[in-house]
Amino acid sequence: MTDKKKPLSFQLDVSDFLPAEQEEKQSLVVMRKSVSFWKDGLRRFSRNTIAMISLVAIILIMIFAFVVPYFYPYSYEQQIRGSENLAPMQYSQQELELKENGESVFPHILGTDSLGRDTMIRLMMGSRVSLLVGIVASILVLLIGSTYGAIAGYFGGKVDLIMMRLVDIIYTVPDILIIILLMVTLKYPLQELAYSSPAFEWINTVGVGLICIFIVFALLYWVGMARIVRSQILSLKEQEFVTAARALGASHGRIIRKHLLTNCMGTLIVTTTLQIPSSIFTESFLSFIGIGVAAPMPSLGSMASTAIDGIVSYPYRLLAPAIMISLIILSFNLIGDGLRDAFDPKLKN
Amino acid sequence: MGKYVIKRVLLAAVTLWLVATITFALMNLVPGGPFLSEKTPSEATLKALNEKYGLDQPLIVQYKNYMQKAIQGDFGPSLKQRGRMVKQIITTGFKVSARVGGLSILIAALIGVPLGSVAALNRGKWIDNVIIVFTTSGIAVPSFVVSTVLMLVFSIMLGWLPTYGLSSPLHYIMPVAALALYPTSYIARLMRSSMLEVLGQDYMRTAKAKGLSQFAILFKHALRNAILPIITYLGPLIAYTLTGSFVVEKIFTIPGLGSDFISSIINRDYTLIMGTTIFLAFLLITMNLVVDIAYKIVDPRIKLK
Amino acid sequence: MSELLLDIRNLRLSFFTPAGEVKALNDVSLKLEEGDVLGIVGESGSGKSVTAYSIMGLTVHPGRIIGGTIDFNSHNITEMTEADMRMMRGNEVSIIFQDPMTSLNPVYTIGNQIREVIMLHTDKNKAQANERAIELMELVGINEPIKRLKQYPHELSGGMRQRVMIAIALACEPKLLIADEPTTALDVTIQAQILELMIELKNKLGMSIIMITHDLGIVANMCKKIAVMYGGKVVEYGTTEDIFYNPRHEYTKGLLRSIPKLNDKEHKKLIPIEGTPVDMLNPPAGCPFAPRCESCMKICISKMPEYVDVAEGHYSACWLIQKEAFEQGGETNE
Repeated sequence: MTDKKKPLSFQLDVSDFLPAEQEEKQSLVVMRKSVSFWKDGLRRFSRNTIAMISLVAIILIMIFAFVVPYFYPYSYEQQIRGSENLAPMQYSQQELELKENGESVFPHILGTDSLGRDTMIRLMMGSRVSLLVGIVASILVLLIGSTYGAIAGYFGGKVDLIMMRLVDIIYTVPDILIIILLMVTLKYPLQELAYSSPAFEWINTVGVGLICIFIVFALLYWVGMARIVRSQILSLKEQEFVTAARALGASHGRIIRKHLLTNCMGTLIVTTTLQIPSSIFTESFLSFIGIGVAAPMPSLGSMASTAIDGIVSYPYRLLAPAIMISLIILSFNLIGDGLRDAFDPKLKN
Repeated sequence: MGKYVIKRVLLAAVTLWLVATITFALMNLVPGGPFLSEKTPSEATLKALNEKYGLDQPLIVQYKNYMQKAIQGDFGPSLKQRGRMVKQIITTGFKVSARVGGLSILIAALIGVPLGSVAALNRGKWIDNVIIVFTTSGIAVPSFVVSTVLMLVFSIMLGWLPTYGLSSPLHYIMPVAALALYPTSYIARLMRSSMLEVLGQDYMRTAKAKGLSQFAILFKHALRNAILPIITYLGPLIAYTLTGSFVVEKIFTIPGLGSDFISSIINRDYTLIMGTTIFLAFLLITMNLVVDIAYKIVDPRIKLK
Repeated sequence: MSELLLDIRNLRLSFFTPAGEVKALNDVSLKLEEGDVLGIVGESGSGKSVTAYSIMGLTVHPGRIIGGTIDFNSHNITEMTEADMRMMRGNEVSIIFQDPMTSLNPVYTIGNQIREVIMLHTDKNKAQANERAIELMELVGINEPIKRLKQYPHELSGGMRQRVMIAIALACEPKLLIADEPTTALDVTIQAQILELMIELKNKLGMSIIMITHDLGIVANMCKKIAVMYGGKVVEYGTTEDIFYNPRHEYTKGLLRSIPKLNDKEHKKLIPIEGTPVDMLNPPAGCPFAPRCESCMKICISKMPEYVDVAEGHYSACWLIQKEAFEQGGETNE
């Protein structure tokens, strides 16, 4: 064909034709290090810049919401007479006098509201409520949903059919309507319960509003999780390692816990993380329309709601909670997306 | 297919009945009944009121009566808006809400689908990143934040747009924008991932191998496949828009069903709460049903039995 | 001597991935004469499909041709505009893909998808295109073509769908038909039917075919010439007889050892090729097959072997051939 195909077109040495050593051959085979599922996922997650920034943001907000209030000179319910409606960094007359007398007065970084409460500390407590609701509600959803889904998926057949029919029904129930209804009706029985017996005093400590939210979320939001877990279990239980475990005489509970749930850990983590922002979303919505967390406990939603009345004179009162709530939801969403990309790419939509 | 439709309709009916029953039960669970929260009426007035609204009868009879009337759309008189029937309030409110909500979803689809497609076609480029940032923020920002910030900027600071009511087309801009942001972002994100999946399909390669132009490949072969899954998400989206409408209507003082619902809860107008809940539940469940069945019809991959 | 239809010279193609440049094709040269059937054999990742796609201009991002030429019908494809390429695709060159289950668009009818290519490349109207579609469906052995026209892909079996793909490919009577593992995704009995159909169509229509497969049995039946590819290179090229009876490359020999032969008297054990394919991200400096080669020599690891003509139209790139020549005295040393 072409002239390039002449044998021995350049000088060769006999030694070149000696058989190659095994090591020499091996050196050509590039072995990629095998990494475990978790290591691999974590590595991918930590390389995701956006997710890492969001993670840092959430950690900072957590410090802001849970740690800083202990060192803050004002409390969220403390009404400072004479310091009403202050602009950010503004001091009231009496505070100025105190300052002139040489006392140190901590500035109202974000001003005060119409009752003379420091907006900054209220923002911290509001963020605390949001985070608390998001995380506790998601854990409730995780526990209920994964247990329910795992049982339905593992036993299959009639059990599955009946259990999933119930899920189907709850799934089609317009959740927001039921949430509002339950919030409205649960409040009084809970309050009565709290006053009737000292065993239930903790209800007042946590707040009736918060408890209502948890109950409602636990009642309705687990169905999505249950569906996802069930479908994972359905495919996992057909695999050999489950048969092997069964052959070795493992109990149902052990198989579900040790073999099935551990294998859908990735999905569980991702779904739970993405549940957090959606719970926070709902809580802020409820507080905004006035049926969420009860006063004087602030919530980002109720802070925004009260700020609307004074929106013309004090627009910054709206912006602080608005930015905070958006930041929290956005960060959790991005962390969830990052985790999904890292651990469970199949789960997309 | 027929079997599927029957199954879905039955499921929807059961759900609706369940919602109605739960609503009824919860409303009667409230200690003291609906009139107690008012400025403690005298014993006689209370008795008269209870008689008037049939609340003196045993619960099961009340339930039977209520359900019978509810099926015909009669939810009784409003407790707080004297002289108005719940049905009347719902009808007027719904007309307003449907206009705002429908417009928002329409706009969301018209913007979201192209936005998501453009992002997918330019995967990894700057425009894709801009769209991702926009849509990710769009689903993270609650509608009360969007509404209030819009109002702050465009009405109070700039003075361009009116703040409340719906008396002119100009009035629609802010509420519709506030309501449409979430569904737009949601549709765009879905469309992007759906489009990316379609672009990787073997039949796209076949289309190219046939010698089709880029335009024909995209509009004929990609778009139709990518848009199909979006339909199934319209149901949940309608629900989200409804949730959004509660706050958006409150903020912009729009006399819609959403603000009716919220004010009925705050005023403890029990008949109105029950009526709106059942009506909205009916609306959402029907929408979901219609959307799911429509999807099965539109997608030829689902075998028609 | 028939006309040269396709002439690929020194084609180099790389995928520019975030992890680095993947050299998918490394100096690939191939020739195909009009009316011939060329088989390209190799395992997954050897570059056989990439070669075929580059003939169609179907190289997907992030892949890019970085060197060499592809002359089809005396036109250099690598320098064609996209518009010219479109005129050619589906018209002069067609392709049948591996998986008929996913290669048809699920939301359009069979008729729509066959008509599309006819109406694109001819001036037939819809009714005429429909007639032609029915004609084509009969040609590829689809029963009840009129009914099938209105059906969707999911209503057809895999074998039927592949027949539809063949009908689409043949719609404009192409000069060259590329079949990219057309039977891999099908049941064994259906495989035989589709292969029979292709041989029959080739005899009837007389187009050239490039048959891409990892199945030596298929090429033995159909092809006149065979190119064996490994690691983005054609390691051996020759007539079917050359390849089967006088294989010169160690990889070809390995391939032949790994397929069962019905006419073997004693039950010989099948010998699989040990090891895994080369990492195309870091291709070795020497022969790509060296790490898996039983007769690997020191030079194989450090230097890429050049092509050696072992007979008229039969060449291979293996140091063993040169070793033999060297041992015979090296008188050809120039």
